[in-house]
Amino acid sequence: MVYYLALAALLFAIGLFGVMTRRNAIGILMSLELMFNAANINFVAFNQYLGGNGMAGQLFALFVVVVAAAEATVGLAIVLLIYRNWRGVDADNVSIMKW
Amino acid sequence: MTDYVSTLSIDIGLIGPELALLIAAAVILLLIFTRKADRFATAIGLIGLVVSMVLTVRQWDVKVGGFSGMVTVDQFAVLFKLLFAVASGLTLLLAERYFHAKHIARPEFTALLLVSTMGMMVMAGTTDLIVIFLGLEIMSVPLYVMAGFNRRSLESNESGIKYFIMGAFATGFLLMGIALIYGASETTDLRRIVTDFSYIATNAKLFLFTGAALMMVGFGFKVGAVPFHSWIPDVYQGAPTPVTAFFSVAPKAAGFAALLRIFAYGLKDLGALSDVWWILAVLTMTVGNILALRQENVKRMLAYSSIAHAGYMLVALAVGGADAASAVIFYLIGYTLFNLGGFTVVALLETRAGSRADFSEMAGLSKAHPYLTATLALFMFSLSGFPPTVGFFGKFYLFSAAVKGGFIWLTVIGVMNSFVSVYYYLRVVKVSYFDQIEGRFVPAPLSAGVLFVLIVTAVGTLGFGLFPDNVLEIARRAIQAFA
Repeated sequence: MVYYLALAALLFAIGLFGVMTRRNAIGILMSLELMFNAANINFVAFNQYLGGNGMAGQLFALFVVVVAAAEATVGLAIVLLIYRNWRGVDADNVSIMKW
Repeated sequence: MTDYVSTLSIDIGLIGPELALLIAAAVILLLIFTRKADRFATAIGLIGLVVSMVLTVRQWDVKVGGFSGMVTVDQFAVLFKLLFAVASGLTLLLAERYFHAKHIARPEFTALLLVSTMGMMVMAGTTDLIVIFLGLEIMSVPLYVMAGFNRRSLESNESGIKYFIMGAFATGFLLMGIALIYGASETTDLRRIVTDFSYIATNAKLFLFTGAALMMVGFGFKVGAVPFHSWIPDVYQGAPTPVTAFFSVAPKAAGFAALLRIFAYGLKDLGALSDVWWILAVLTMTVGNILALRQENVKRMLAYSSIAHAGYMLVALAVGGADAASAVIFYLIGYTLFNLGGFTVVALLETRAGSRADFSEMAGLSKAHPYLTATLALFMFSLSGFPPTVGFFGKFYLFSAAVKGGFIWLTVIGVMNSFVSVYYYLRVVKVSYFDQIEGRFVPAPLSAGVLFVLIVTAVGTLGFGLFPDNVLEIARRAIQAFA
């Protein structure tokens, strides 16, 4: 059990780090997926560990997979738009508004 | 193993309001293939929203659960659903004029708006974390597209990508939080988390706290609490103004609906969280107000102002209890009206060619549009909290609940913040009434839809300000339905 939780925490941390440091928008998308799937591992692991108490965790993991797919679709569409208008997917360049 | 099929209770009537919106959105999407959608999209959207509102109102006295406890219909849900539907309808009326003026009108916008509203309704009408999460995503994904809806505008593109990355990032935190809470309490149903609270083993309490903290971060992003606010100004400024108007009210209200369900009901016994909310509330209102002071763009100023307002509303979560919760619902109702109203005026001015909605463009407004300027002034007075507008009573109820709960310092800081905010709100009034312009002020043509939005929001801002007790009573009943 502890191993699963540690794996999930590690994946989550890698995803978090990736989102904050990646400059490429596709890289950020991939890191976001890591964060989602870290949560998924937790759900399935908890579900297995708690046992006998229904399948809420596994079902939740399925929902998360579906939602992540929908998010990725919209995300890639927006990145494509950025690529067309900016000629690149470097997230740091996409900043024309200043405070 | 539980026999899920036999315990499934499917009652379509319970999700009537959501279904009405979904059907309307589907009809619009189908019509796009016949190329007739351009003309009918707004009308179909409005019909869907009206049907949805009627179905919602008829659920007022119902308090039942359905779909194996996944869907809850109570007065809390009904009130929030109505609020979302109203905000969505007003946005639709406002958007039609604006999008045509900017040549970006597309029928898909209406469908996206309806689906997003449906997501909010799902979110308000449940006590289960799985469904809250699903509703949140149904709400958010269309919002990302709406932020980048002006495809040829670089600002709008930037708004879309920033909102998407930040939104998905927040979702990641939220999911991890839900996972940990599920692990600690063995359920995702808030009603069972409440009752099972004392039975959770000590080492599992760690999961519970971590999970609650991660959920706080996730929702902090969604409602725009400092230090998770950095995306708000850029997203709000870059998105088309009617979309910004919608962003600033509806998803925020949905976020607070979920926050109240989770933290004022489900996890209300986690005492230590109150201090965290205290800090978040103070940071949010102070940073929002101070940064709003130095803005030259009205849209960006209103973006920071919406951060500040989120800060006032977070006070309720620090205080806790029924009084504070009903006060924050009252605040949300008022805020939806006057903030939408304020953005409506900005959007109207922006329909003039070449406008960027800077402060300087408002000079001379009162000569060209005396009535419009008066309504704008009304919204600004309400935003800064002058009586007899609804904005005053929102703050009054909120802070009196805080005083009653013994949060004196929080109240003092909140009231001081309100004074600071007067400066930048009244600057709008000052520029539009007293500043001189060279040349002639280019008038902005009013349309019937925009006029209707202005009348509804202005009448609401004043009317609810004159009769606040009735609205507060409704908010009270919504909170009672909770327990």
